[in-house]
Amino acid sequence: MDNKIRNLFPILQNKINNKPLIYLDNAATTQKPRSVVEAIEHFYFHDNANVHRGIYKLSERATNAYEKSRRNIAEFINAKHTHEIIFVRNTTEAINLVAQSYGYKNFKPDDEIIISTMEHHSNIVPWQLIGKKTGAKLQVINIHENGELDFNHYEKLLNNRTKIVAITHASNTLGTINPIKKIIAAAHAHNVPVLVDGAQASPHIQIDVQNLDCDFYAFSAHKMYGPTGVGILYGKEALLNSMPPYQGGGDMIKKVTFAQTEYADLPQKFEAGTQNIADIVGFDATIDFIKSVGIDAIAEHEKELLKYATDAFSDIKGLKIIGTAPEKTSIISFILDKIHPHDITTILDTEGIAVRAGHHCTMPLMDFYNIPGTTRASFGLYNTKDEIDILIEALTKVRKIFSY
Amino acid sequence: MDDLRDLYQQIIIDHSQHPHNFCSLDSASHKKEGFNPLCGDKITLYVNEKNGLITDICFQGLGCAISTASASLMTDTLKNKTAEEALEIFTEFQKLLTTGKTDHPEKLGKLSVLAGVIEFPMRIKCATLPWHTLKAALTKEQNIISTE
Repeated sequence: MDNKIRNLFPILQNKINNKPLIYLDNAATTQKPRSVVEAIEHFYFHDNANVHRGIYKLSERATNAYEKSRRNIAEFINAKHTHEIIFVRNTTEAINLVAQSYGYKNFKPDDEIIISTMEHHSNIVPWQLIGKKTGAKLQVINIHENGELDFNHYEKLLNNRTKIVAITHASNTLGTINPIKKIIAAAHAHNVPVLVDGAQASPHIQIDVQNLDCDFYAFSAHKMYGPTGVGILYGKEALLNSMPPYQGGGDMIKKVTFAQTEYADLPQKFEAGTQNIADIVGFDATIDFIKSVGIDAIAEHEKELLKYATDAFSDIKGLKIIGTAPEKTSIISFILDKIHPHDITTILDTEGIAVRAGHHCTMPLMDFYNIPGTTRASFGLYNTKDEIDILIEALTKVRKIFSY
Repeated sequence: MDDLRDLYQQIIIDHSQHPHNFCSLDSASHKKEGFNPLCGDKITLYVNEKNGLITDICFQGLGCAISTASASLMTDTLKNKTAEEALEIFTEFQKLLTTGKTDHPEKLGKLSVLAGVIEFPMRIKCATLPWHTLKAALTKEQNIISTE
């Protein structure tokens, strides 16, 4: 990666507190390249109309752009059918859709839903909500101290009461990449479907849903250099067909009378109401952007940054990295002496450095490590070793302010 | 940079690392928990109030330097003040943190070292968490106090 890549991201030219912006909160959301923003602008300036409704030319153009995005995404994650791609708002909504639709139909009292200790709240709370309605209970896979999943414990949890496994592909707090293919195979041996929360993996790993054989895969455009407000739920055709609609409204019907409604086929069955059309078109441009750089090249660059930062961090006295699994995305969570993450973040901010502080929406994981929160630096394709050097220097300054 | 030095003055660092009145009171007439769900800061405040006078006050909890120092300075300030005076000081303290000014520096005393927070709007809640908790304790609000 070089300056050519950085120049594609106008926001990186900004100054924060009179210092060049060093954006290290990519696990929360990524910055957007010019081509994505321009695609959205172009849509609004030239092609904007509602989709699947108008008989006129402009609506046809909008519909074509919308469906082209779906095809591009389906191809990008190697879905067997384009209609297995459902547009939602974000990963959270994708998981809620499956919990409310699949869960409501299939869960009974004392059924079990397997999740893991490292889940984001968005892969915990939706299952608790449907658990309250249906009587199904959460079973939580342990993790090891280094942040790796305890696979033996997982295998022990699988049984004939298990109705779904919902697990993250990569942890937003620890960076741990889970052995997702193995996890899925083990579940399938018990005829249990698996939902993968791919929000943190999709920006870093080439997703192949057929190769993984996952039943559902949820991810968000905004974490992979795309616009906010677009999430994807991939689901296997047969499963999606067996599920009742999540929301009712326009565009998801074939025929409505006051007595009953006949639902639309996939994917419209799950896309009630006017969708976030312009940003979905923007996601199409995002996929093209990622393909042009190459996800393997992105992964390689981030791996290098992760190694560089991990080595440099180990030289900082009083710093402890939380999450040291052998397979990680480019995330480093850490604690520094007894300095609170919010104080660290405020001081880094004055140096133009944006990092995340707190529990990262993984409170049960913080309980596991018995800490209130961490500071998290997460790297993306436009970050550089020079930026990491400035981060290291700033952390030294933090220690000095607190007299360590 | 000066903003940062104003925020993390030595007295604030000292109070955060060695907080005063950091203990529990079994006999407290008021006990209240405060919570900031955004950052996970938690405080438990213990107050002994006799005939309207705060005879003893202390706290426990986990928080950032600003919230811990604020709680430490607050408990120092409020011992032997009446509940009414305490709430007046809170009003004055809030005014200081939101406008940077005070008409009654004598009421605030050492608390004025927290004035630097005004340059860091995201951190004002850290400084006021102990005070919101105090107000709830004195006015006997039922719920856990949250800054959100």
